[in-house]
Amino acid sequence: MGKRTGFSCVWRCPGPASPAGRAPFPTGAGLFLSLPSPLPPTIPRTHGATSGLPETRTDAAMSELVPEPRPKPAVPMKPVSINTNLLGYIGIDTIIEQMRKKTMKTGFDFNIMVVGQSGLGKSTLVNTLFKSQVSRKASSWNREEKIPKTVEIKAIGHVIEEGGVKMKLTVIDTPGFGDQINNENCWEPIEKYINEQYEKFLKEEVNIARKKRIPDTRVHCCLYFISPTGHSLRPLDLEFMKHLSKVVNIIPVIAKADTMTLEEKSEFKQRVRKELEVHGIEFYPQKEFDEDLEDKTENDKIRESMPFAVVGSDKEYQVNGKRVLGRKTPWGIIEVENLHHCEFALLRDFVIRTHLQDLKEVTHNIHYETYRAKRLNDNGGLPPGEGLLGSVLPPVPATPCPTAE
Amino acid sequence: MDKEYVGFAALPNQLHRKSIKKGFDFTLMVAGESGLGKSTLINSLFLTNLYEDRQLPEASARLTQTLTIERRGVEIEEGGIKVKLTLVDTPGFGDSVDCSDCWLPVVRFIEEQFEQYLRDESGLNRKNIQDSRVHCCLYFISPFGRGLRPLDVAFLRAVHEKVNIIPVIGKADALMPRETQALKQKIRDQLKEEEINIYQFPDCDSDEDEDFKRQDAEMKESIPFAVVGSCEVVRDKGTRPVRGRRYSWGTVEVENPHHCDFLNLRRMLVQTHLQDLKEVTHDLLYEGYRARCLQSLARPGARDRASRSKLSRRSTTEIPLPMLPLAETEKLIREKDEELRRMQEMLEKMQAQVQQSQAQGEQSAAL
Repeated sequence: MGKRTGFSCVWRCPGPASPAGRAPFPTGAGLFLSLPSPLPPTIPRTHGATSGLPETRTDAAMSELVPEPRPKPAVPMKPVSINTNLLGYIGIDTIIEQMRKKTMKTGFDFNIMVVGQSGLGKSTLVNTLFKSQVSRKASSWNREEKIPKTVEIKAIGHVIEEGGVKMKLTVIDTPGFGDQINNENCWEPIEKYINEQYEKFLKEEVNIARKKRIPDTRVHCCLYFISPTGHSLRPLDLEFMKHLSKVVNIIPVIAKADTMTLEEKSEFKQRVRKELEVHGIEFYPQKEFDEDLEDKTENDKIRESMPFAVVGSDKEYQVNGKRVLGRKTPWGIIEVENLHHCEFALLRDFVIRTHLQDLKEVTHNIHYETYRAKRLNDNGGLPPGEGLLGSVLPPVPATPCPTAE
Repeated sequence: MDKEYVGFAALPNQLHRKSIKKGFDFTLMVAGESGLGKSTLINSLFLTNLYEDRQLPEASARLTQTLTIERRGVEIEEGGIKVKLTLVDTPGFGDSVDCSDCWLPVVRFIEEQFEQYLRDESGLNRKNIQDSRVHCCLYFISPFGRGLRPLDVAFLRAVHEKVNIIPVIGKADALMPRETQALKQKIRDQLKEEEINIYQFPDCDSDEDEDFKRQDAEMKESIPFAVVGSCEVVRDKGTRPVRGRRYSWGTVEVENPHHCDFLNLRRMLVQTHLQDLKEVTHDLLYEGYRARCLQSLARPGARDRASRSKLSRRSTTEIPLPMLPLAETEKLIREKDEELRRMQEMLEKMQAQVQQSQAQGEQSAAL
C-alpha cells in the first residue's frame, strides 16, 4: 500500500456494472479538480488529427492511448432518451473496459527529461515522484565526479508496476547544463536529442512494413529546474525555454524551494510568470491547446499556480507518528507531501495523476506533427524509394510550421 | 624617584584614544552570483538597510548586462567609535549566459585601488591618504551546487593574491546539517586542490585561556561560513522575538549558532579581525603588488637614474601604471640633491669666511 504514485488511477472509469451514483474519482487524485457534471461516456479525444491515414492513425493511437484520465460517470442503467432514441441498452460504454484491459496487457511508456544546473535536486525529485530509485544521483559528494564539459544526454529506463498497470519509464538526464563559465548554446544538444527521437518515430511511421506498436522514445515532458534565487529568471533559463517550448512540453519547477518563505515564493512565481509571458514562452499546459471551456478553467487554475515550488527527498522521518518523506533541519522538518510546506503533491498529481495522458497526446499530436510537417515540407533525408510519400499520403495541408526559435 | 613604575604601560591607551579620534575606515567587497542573499547578509551584519533603493533588473535586462562595480558608503557609530564602511558590490557577476572573463573588471578595480594608494604614498603630501583599498572580499558560494563551480574557481584564482578572501555559503538554510558539513569539506578540499589562498585567521596567542582557544579553533573549523541573513524580527507567541526567517515548518534564527554560522562570521569579521584584515592588506597584499609593479619597471635594464627617467618619459605610453610616481620621485631626488649641493656650497663659504676672519684676527693680534 505504501508506494502509491497514482498512475494506475488512469483506470478508474466505472464499468457497465456500476451504479450511476458511485463517485467516479480515484482516491487521492486531483487535488484541484472539481467534480464534472455527469456526461455520457465519450471515446478518447485526440487533438484533431490532421494528416495521415485516419484509420491506421487512430488504431495506432488506440493501442497506445488510455481512456480519459478524468473519468466520467456511466449512463444510468435505465435508458433516458437524450438525443438518440435508445430503445434498450446497447453496451457501447463497455468500450472503456475493453480498452482498459488491452492497455493493461501492453502497458505504456512515458519519457521524462530533467534539465537544470547541477545540484538543484533533479534526480532526487524524479525519485520522489516515482517513489523509486529511477534516477541515479550523481552521488553527491563524490570527489571523482567532474562536471562534464559539454551537456551529456543520459537516458535510463525502468519498468514500474502499480495496480496491475505496467509503465516503462525513461528518465533523461542532462548533466552539464548551465554549469560551465560559458553556457552559450548549451541547449543545442538537448534540442538535437529531442528532434532525433521525433526523427526515429517518423522513420518507423513511414516504413512500408511497420511495427504494430512503434516504440515511443519521444520526450513527453521536460521538467525545467529554476534556481530559487528569489529575484527573477536567469538569462539562461529564458534562452532555454524560448528555444525549446515549441519543441517539447516544458514544465518549469522551482527547485529546492525550502529556502523561500511563503511571501517570497508567491512574489517569485508571479515575477517568473510575468517574464515568461512577456517573452511569449508557453509552458505546458499551453493556452492554445485548451480544447473546451472545461479544459480551459481547469488548466487556468493550474497555470496560475505554476511554476510549482518543490522540495524532494528520499529520506523518511517520523512526524506525528507517521513516517513521511522530508528533510530534517534544526528548526523543523520539511514534509515533502505536505501542501503547507511545498507543492510537490501538486506537481505529482498534475504530471502523473491527471495529465500524464495529455502530455503524451500533446507530444504526439502537436509537437511531433509540427516536426513531421516540417520534415515533409523539406523533403530532405528520406530517399524517394522509401516511404513513397508523394503517392501514398494525401498532400500535407499547408499549415504554418512554427520553428523552434 | 619611583623606580617601579615608568608609565609606558599607558601607551596602548594613548594609541586607542588616537585611533578613536581618527576613526576607522574599512572597505568590504561582496561577490558572487545574484540571488545568494548577499545584500540581506550585509544588512544583517551591519544592521543597516544599505540596499533600500535597489532596483532588481529583470532577466531580459540581464541578458546584455556587463558586470558593474558599485560602491556604497555608510558611517556606523557604536560605543563612541566611528567606522566609515565602504561596500563594494558586483552586480551582474555570474548572471550572463557567457560569463567568460567576467571577473576581469573586479580584478581591475582592486588593482586600481592599489595603484591609487601607491601614487598617494609616493606623493608629496602624505598626511591624508585615503585608503580605498579593498580590505576583504566575502565570496558567496551557492548552497545548491556541489562545491565550487568553474566560475567560482576562476574568480578566486584571479583575486586570491590581491585581496583577503573569506568564502561564505549563502542561504545556508537550504541545507540539512549533514549536507552543510559535507559541502564545507568539499569546498575546503577544492580550495586546497586549486591552490587558492583564502584569508588565514591568525593563530591566537599562546597565553590566551583554553576557552578562547577552543572557540577560536571551532571558528576556524567552520570555514567556509554557512550563513543565513535576515533583517526581520520574528515574533511568535510563547517565544522571544528573534531575527530570522519564518517558514511553515519552523523559524530559522540568524543568531543561533546551531542554525547557522552568522555569529561566527560577525565575530571574526567585525569584532576580532577587522584590524588584522587591514594589516594583511597593507603588509602583504599591497606590498606584493608594489613589488611586482616596481620590479616590472626595473626590468627594462637601464641602471642610472637619468637614463631611466628618460626611458620613463619616452615610453610613458608603453609601460603601464606608476610611471608617474617614479618620475615624481626622480624629480624629488634631484631637487634634494640640488639642495644638498647648495647647502654644501654655503657651508664651504661659511667655513672659508670663518677661516679668513680667524686669520685676520691673528694678524691683528700679531700687530
